[in-house]
Amino acid sequence: MSDLTRLSLTEALQGLDRKAFSSVELTEHFIAAIEAANPSLNAYILETPERALEMAKVSDTRRAKGEAGRLEGAPLGIKDLYCTKDVRTTACSNILGEFVPPYESTVTQNLWDQGAVMLGKLNMDEFAMGSSNETSRFGPVISPWRRKGGANAGLTPGGSSGGSAAAVAADLCLAATATDTGGSIRQPAAFTGTVGIKPTYGRASRYGIVAFASSLDQAGPIAKTVADCALLTEIMCSHDSRDSTSLNVETPDWTADVSRPVKGMRIGIPKEYRLDGMPDEIEALWQKGIGWLKDQGAEIVDVSLPHTKYALPVYYIVAPAEASSNLARYDGMRYGTRQLGSDLLHTYEQTRAAGFGKEVQRRLLIGTYVLSSGYYDAYYLRAQKVRQKILQDFRDVFQTVDALLTPATPSAAFAYGERSDDPVAMYLNDVFTVTANLAGLPGISVPAGLDNQGLPLGLQVIGKALDEAACFRVAGAIERAANFTTKPSAWWPSA
Amino acid sequence: MLTETRPSYRLTGSTGDWEVVMGLEVHAQIASKAKLFSGASTAYGAEPNSNVSLVDAAMPGMLPVINRACVEEAVRTGLGLKAKINLYSRFDRKNYFYPDLPQGYQISQFAHPIVGEGELLVDVEPAHGEPSYQFPVGIERLHLEQDAGKSIHDMSDDETYVDLNRSGVALMEIVSRPDIRSPLEAAAYVKKLRAILIALGSCDGDMEKGNLRADVNVSVCRPGAYEKFKATGDFSHLGTRCEIKNMNSFRFIQQAAEYEALRQIELLETGQQVDQETRLFDPNTGRTRTMRSKEDAHDYRYFPDPDLLPLRLDPDFVEKIRASLPELPDEKRIRYMHEYGLSAYDAGVLTADADRAAYFEEVARGRDTRLAVNWVNQELFGYLNKQSLEITDTPISAAALGGLIDLITDQTISGKIAKDVMLKMIDTGKSASDIVEAEGLKQVTDTGAIETLVNEIMAANPKQVAQVQAQKEAGHAKPKALGWFVGQVMKNSGGKANPQAVNEILKEKLDL
Repeated sequence: MSDLTRLSLTEALQGLDRKAFSSVELTEHFIAAIEAANPSLNAYILETPERALEMAKVSDTRRAKGEAGRLEGAPLGIKDLYCTKDVRTTACSNILGEFVPPYESTVTQNLWDQGAVMLGKLNMDEFAMGSSNETSRFGPVISPWRRKGGANAGLTPGGSSGGSAAAVAADLCLAATATDTGGSIRQPAAFTGTVGIKPTYGRASRYGIVAFASSLDQAGPIAKTVADCALLTEIMCSHDSRDSTSLNVETPDWTADVSRPVKGMRIGIPKEYRLDGMPDEIEALWQKGIGWLKDQGAEIVDVSLPHTKYALPVYYIVAPAEASSNLARYDGMRYGTRQLGSDLLHTYEQTRAAGFGKEVQRRLLIGTYVLSSGYYDAYYLRAQKVRQKILQDFRDVFQTVDALLTPATPSAAFAYGERSDDPVAMYLNDVFTVTANLAGLPGISVPAGLDNQGLPLGLQVIGKALDEAACFRVAGAIERAANFTTKPSAWWPSA
Repeated sequence: MLTETRPSYRLTGSTGDWEVVMGLEVHAQIASKAKLFSGASTAYGAEPNSNVSLVDAAMPGMLPVINRACVEEAVRTGLGLKAKINLYSRFDRKNYFYPDLPQGYQISQFAHPIVGEGELLVDVEPAHGEPSYQFPVGIERLHLEQDAGKSIHDMSDDETYVDLNRSGVALMEIVSRPDIRSPLEAAAYVKKLRAILIALGSCDGDMEKGNLRADVNVSVCRPGAYEKFKATGDFSHLGTRCEIKNMNSFRFIQQAAEYEALRQIELLETGQQVDQETRLFDPNTGRTRTMRSKEDAHDYRYFPDPDLLPLRLDPDFVEKIRASLPELPDEKRIRYMHEYGLSAYDAGVLTADADRAAYFEEVARGRDTRLAVNWVNQELFGYLNKQSLEITDTPISAAALGGLIDLITDQTISGKIAKDVMLKMIDTGKSASDIVEAEGLKQVTDTGAIETLVNEIMAANPKQVAQVQAQKEAGHAKPKALGWFVGQVMKNSGGKANPQAVNEILKEKLDL
């Protein structure tokens, strides 16, 4: 019965519906799988088996009474950036210590309201700052994927939602919540052969999600299929009066869009996403994707987003600036860890020096710098102006196309240590994904093939604001054409 | 008496005369039930840390949501200050670390305040009988911001306690132009602003609770320099300013400004310079001392709060508030002039302060306006001024003063006796009628008794009687010597004789 963990979310819900198995049974399989695999993968930083079984039991009762929600009995993993009531939430940072929130994030509440079951909290880069999951206080996640033939070097599942992507890829949950500030859903999804979407900014509430960069942060799912992603996105998104930036819009039936044909859609291919020194395989994958869509009757249009090259520098000004202020609350005064110093200032210094890891400190310093008097205009203000230009680029091309197709990442997953000594090389991981965050647009990453080392590669579809439907439609078409069924070979102990 | 001329306030140093230039930043707590960005209560006097929401405590993942009621009060206040309402405004973060600031930043409006330029007419009432006057103060802006919590340093020797009840409470910061030219004017400005806020209902004006407090910017310059500044807008004509923080009494504002001006003059006259800094006033010593020098000034790293959308107001929303504005002190003043027939001065004195106006209206209700004005403005305010008391500290309630006036109206006592009765009321806390009764101060209107007195005095003073007759013969309709007789009768009656009756009987007996 270990096959149960290999089901997609949609399949599992069907199985539960026809009483092929109960939520308790399904949950037990996942608990066993996690117990066996997690010491090798480190995807979960907190397992909550008792809570999971309790939730599953209640769920089975609800289903028996005919009161099943849309996710009734589905075991999910939750990124540790989401505050979960009575369950430790740390953002994988030492500074939060053993913090247990007395409140639940809106997005996770939406999931529980539909009957989902929580398996535990997932590993991530500290405060979602990183692209490799190595800045976590709990150590890196080891990707379930390994390079073909080569040494069995531990690979990154990407970041910051590395735990979410690895857990989904390794069948340690049906699907997972994640968050995306510059690519933190799409890049790990691409690295692990999973599907991940960042919805339009404001679709999902930020209430109860530990903030990194408020104007960029957005919640979304990582799942095994486009349809699973669509279903989860429908449930995760909602208008929330507790988040002033939450959009008061209807959530459409996205699951129906997944199978809708792309015939007649106009798909833009932005030339600026063709980078110097980009591996041939990435270009080849992109061409393959273009071919698939063409074959299904979509019209391919070459377009230009001239300010794309400024996106990464703009992102690395705006995101750290907001973070430097958002993370000021971690001062050791009210919750989390405190390192007592000789006076107040010293206490702040000691607490934050000990509590924040190196990468977080680096970004807080960058953010503080770019907001400082005398530098504000040259950095922050200018970055905001360029951000507007980037947004305008998208508005212009969306006059003529329905969606954009780009590679999700400039390379496949890399091994630990390969890039961690060079922060700028690490930041380049986000080059194709940050634009959607800066412009607030929906972007989905869908697995499209393997590189010559046998590692998954993803394509990204970017839609107009609030047009997740186009993302799901195009991603569905790619998924069908790519027929990506490869799973990582389970080198870790199984249940 | 109200004069149009504004006296110039000069301080004389050892090297010549100096003038003072002041601008004020007033923090007025909005009288809202909930905080600016959270639903927590703003009730005063609650147990420490009991009115604190997850947002106020800056728990991870918590987000601010604007309280519309606070926005409405800010707009109302802006309209009350005849100011421009900005339909677009924005919240910024002011970043600094302090334990009573849980977020590590204060949400404020830096670049785009909700209210722009306005103007306030200030009524100044100098002590010692100098003429009162009015002058305008430009309002630069009004913006919304969060209050911080309270650090309590005296509960423990080595620890500081923090009460977050105030954290996140809505404040309006009202910034004036440097149009204030004397310590007295500074206090008068805050008084007038407070009266307007109370009338609008946007702030309760309770200075003791810290719901209204002022930061006073003081600089000194030589006569003539201010006019150059006004002509050019160039601040370099003015002296270096110091900001005295957080003052919550009119008296302290005046004292602190006086002290600070003299301190700066002393520095300049001894060849030193004034350092731009933030200072604190110590009411015990009457001095100001350095709180923060310019070098310690924070770099607040203001930037737009990405958790909040810009505030866009519908013009209809503003117009609705405008239509519902209550009567403001200046309008009240005009009404008093028409309704009660008061002089501009009397009306100004009464309406400068909402509490005074309310007191007066209670006294005047159903009574003779003239008497009410005289007794409130002259007698009571005169007494309060002498004692440096505010109307809120009055030892005589409006009802009690009304009772005193009633005794004058029904001729139970004369106005002269009433003045003594008022002082006794203050001393004893008893009502006017009790005092009059107990001390037998009831006016004598019995003509027989007065006649007897008159006869006695005429018999004892034939010379004065002859004088009156001589003056009458010389054609004087009101012989001066008559006054002497009135005085004598009043004296012999212990002040209790009804002056009108005395006059009539004297005229008859002296054949006038």
